[in-house]
Amino acid sequence: MAQRTRSEQADRIRHLLETEGPAIHAHASASNARRKETYGGTDDLEALRTDARAIKEDAIDRLPELIETVREAVEANGGTVYVADDAADANAYVSDVVRSEAADGADDGAAAAEPSVVKSKSMTTEEIDLNDALEADGIDVTETDLGEWVLQVADDTPSHIVGPAMHISREEIAELFNERFDPDDPFETAEELTRFARDHLGELITDADVGITGANFVVADSGTIALVTNEGNARKCAVTPDTHVAVAGVEKLIPTLSDLEPFVDIIAKSATGQPISQYVTMLSPPTDSPTLDFDSPDEPITTGNDAADDIAETADDTGDPNRDFHLVLLDNGRTDMREDDQLRETLYCIRCGACSNSCANFQSVGGHGFGGETYSGGIATGWEAGVHGQESAAEFNDLCTGCTNCVDACPVKIDIPWINTVVRDRVNRSGEPESYDFLVDGLTPDEEGSGLDPGKRFFGNIGTVAKAASATAPVSNWLADAGPVRGLLEHTIGIDRRRDLPTFRRESLVDWFEGRGGFAASKKHAMRADSRDVGADVDREVVLYPDVYTNYVDVDRGKAAVRTLEALGVPVRVPDLPESGRAALSQGMIATADRQASRLYAALAEDLDAGRDVVVIEPSDLAAMHREYERLLPESSFERLRDGSYEICEYVYGLLENGADPSVLSTGDGAEPVAYHSHCQQRTLDLEAPTVAVLERAGYAPETSSAECCGMAGSFGYKREYYELSMDVGERLATQVEDAETVVASGTSCGDQLEALLERDVPHPIELLAPGEYRA
Amino acid sequence: MTVDTVGRFERALEGLEVGLERVAAADASERIERIVEEPAVGAPLPFEGVSLPDSVTTHPTTAEVAAARTGVTPVGFAIAEYGTVAVESTADGAEPISLYPERHVAVVAESDVVPDISAGFDRLEAGFDAGRDSVVFATGRSATADMGDLVHGVHGPGDVHVIVLEDR
Repeated sequence: MAQRTRSEQADRIRHLLETEGPAIHAHASASNARRKETYGGTDDLEALRTDARAIKEDAIDRLPELIETVREAVEANGGTVYVADDAADANAYVSDVVRSEAADGADDGAAAAEPSVVKSKSMTTEEIDLNDALEADGIDVTETDLGEWVLQVADDTPSHIVGPAMHISREEIAELFNERFDPDDPFETAEELTRFARDHLGELITDADVGITGANFVVADSGTIALVTNEGNARKCAVTPDTHVAVAGVEKLIPTLSDLEPFVDIIAKSATGQPISQYVTMLSPPTDSPTLDFDSPDEPITTGNDAADDIAETADDTGDPNRDFHLVLLDNGRTDMREDDQLRETLYCIRCGACSNSCANFQSVGGHGFGGETYSGGIATGWEAGVHGQESAAEFNDLCTGCTNCVDACPVKIDIPWINTVVRDRVNRSGEPESYDFLVDGLTPDEEGSGLDPGKRFFGNIGTVAKAASATAPVSNWLADAGPVRGLLEHTIGIDRRRDLPTFRRESLVDWFEGRGGFAASKKHAMRADSRDVGADVDREVVLYPDVYTNYVDVDRGKAAVRTLEALGVPVRVPDLPESGRAALSQGMIATADRQASRLYAALAEDLDAGRDVVVIEPSDLAAMHREYERLLPESSFERLRDGSYEICEYVYGLLENGADPSVLSTGDGAEPVAYHSHCQQRTLDLEAPTVAVLERAGYAPETSSAECCGMAGSFGYKREYYELSMDVGERLATQVEDAETVVASGTSCGDQLEALLERDVPHPIELLAPGEYRA
Repeated sequence: MTVDTVGRFERALEGLEVGLERVAAADASERIERIVEEPAVGAPLPFEGVSLPDSVTTHPTTAEVAAARTGVTPVGFAIAEYGTVAVESTADGAEPISLYPERHVAVVAESDVVPDISAGFDRLEAGFDAGRDSVVFATGRSATADMGDLVHGVHGPGDVHVIVLEDR
């Protein structure tokens, strides 16, 4: 597939921001807000998520066996199971069923009309382009889900797993329908449009030869198809025509009916924030329900009598003899995904779209930007790589910034950012050698093969870049801002020239700390606090992690952290430590990150053994240690570092809880409003609350931001193709906080983005809290 | 079955804008008659001493189902927590009768209102074991926001009433 150039990609994103962004944002962010509220009000949410995941893990593990189980169950019910290898196989089978059903059902003497199918929304049939295949075979297909039908009329594609037409506004739908259907009174309201759809689609449903649905879940041992909908069209499609075809990926199988319970309980909560969907239809077809034969409208639909125990008598395993049922189970790459240790988790996905709704970038561009051939949103990378191939995923994979908002949203606890990182790594390795490799090769040897995008190699090795830039500052800063250099940076590694570049400091945090006397001096400062009885009642020592930005760019927040810890009675060490691997992970350079994680652990092992606490300022580095290192380090090393490392404000909170005196900090008057933007990954680690608590204890009145993300996301906002998107996301945050007198942010990139948008200083909270007045 | 469970059911239905009426079995027929809008179709009610009013057509033709304003069906059980009624796909047509008309009147015995989804699944599984293996959990009214704003009654009923038989 031809990759878009940076400038084509930038144009495309700008176009989507303008045309589809407003409608997508309105819907996706509303669904996300409802999800958060419903999750918050569900006492057993974590148990539900844990159960749901465990059931999926078990089901995928036992998949071959479940396929045989469901085949027996459906056949015993009187239906047929067909396992299709790929799209062509599935489409050919469905087409055969429809044509033979239409031929059987044709009225004698009547002209053979085009066979007709009514469908209920199914992403799986989108995946295999079933409609196109059926239409090519002369079959008339109508989508009955209103959103899908709008797309069919508009000849458009879904932009969201759950709300396929989310990107089209009511006005646009009205315009489209007025043009297409030419009503006497033009449609205007959603009510009028919906009434029209109901009548129009209702007739098509009653006339159809075959009803096709997807399946949200398939219960193997009873052959039960579970359909989750709000409109009721899935029920009509499944039970009105006498032939029902359900098309489902093999991953939809779950072992037993009781396994369905957590999913029925959680799927609407995660998808739309409803407690439960309007209709959860559990059919074990062919069902006993009588068919509605609109060719013989005056025949009674039933033949039974009014016996009070009718229900019990008719409940048997054979169903209505007129009914026919086919379950098409689609493989299409899923068996290979099951064998793939990194992609397997994708198969646990229940297609609720919560990852899309929770994603700031998705909220801005929707699934036409953040999606592949069929699937969209965070999990789409896994789906597209699995069912359509890596190239389909490569197109949009970089739109995942690894913010981890989706991690808390996913009802089956899929580590979606990790899947994105893995696929990014694989895409990196599949590229052609680039002519600009020398740029980075000259800076640092890494673990990546040639062919990696030079921008990714640059940002993935930012530690080395920063060290070199600091050593030559201020010359490097002056050079970096010079016009010709910005042009070169934009052309070669894709750094947008509209972005302010970080200003590298000549004196790093590590050098400053050594220059003031190192650990010995720090110990003296801490003892002074203890002697005045303002320190915490603990005997601890801290190793402050000098992340790349704190060490070379944002040195002041490092100094503030040192002064704060000492003032609360804790001596500090600031050794020169290796990079965490966060920068490399963001670029999908897993081998480099793996090496860096090992080096950092080795460098910290002695401190951990000595019982020192590792304190981290940059949330994304802490998140690497607490989340991704599980994949990169031996289990015991990971646990040791995770259990021994803390976020700076979380640590300060612990000290205050242990008796340290907050009045030695810079304090507010109890009412000073402070707008606080926590960092995405910090929020996923549940570390927003400690910062808020510390600010409150120190006499401020913090207000937290609810915007999903700052939009900068490390290197993302620097990249030319994503600059506009980054600013669009950032504007939403800036609008929330702009009225506050003081704005603080935990992450470097969050602070950079807010400073660019608000045109004022946005410090780290620790700079506000550190003893002595904060100096902008 | 405690009154609390029915109370909880009623509150959940209120949130869904679904009416609930508690009636004695002896009064059910008369109460249903007042709720239905004609033409009305129905599936026979399997509760002893309870019958559908004469104005409700049982064993309807396809045309009668399509033309009906109201469909009256029994439901196997109800889940108080979410305001859900479990409609079974029986041979007497409860599924299409509950789905096609604009108004659905669901009749449930008080003893069949269970507190939460977990108890609902116990009932569901017992039904599956007995061969009743096609069931719809219907909660509130058909709804869609696909046309830009929330609209009820797109494909399914836009108006739902639940009748709880108090002495059953």
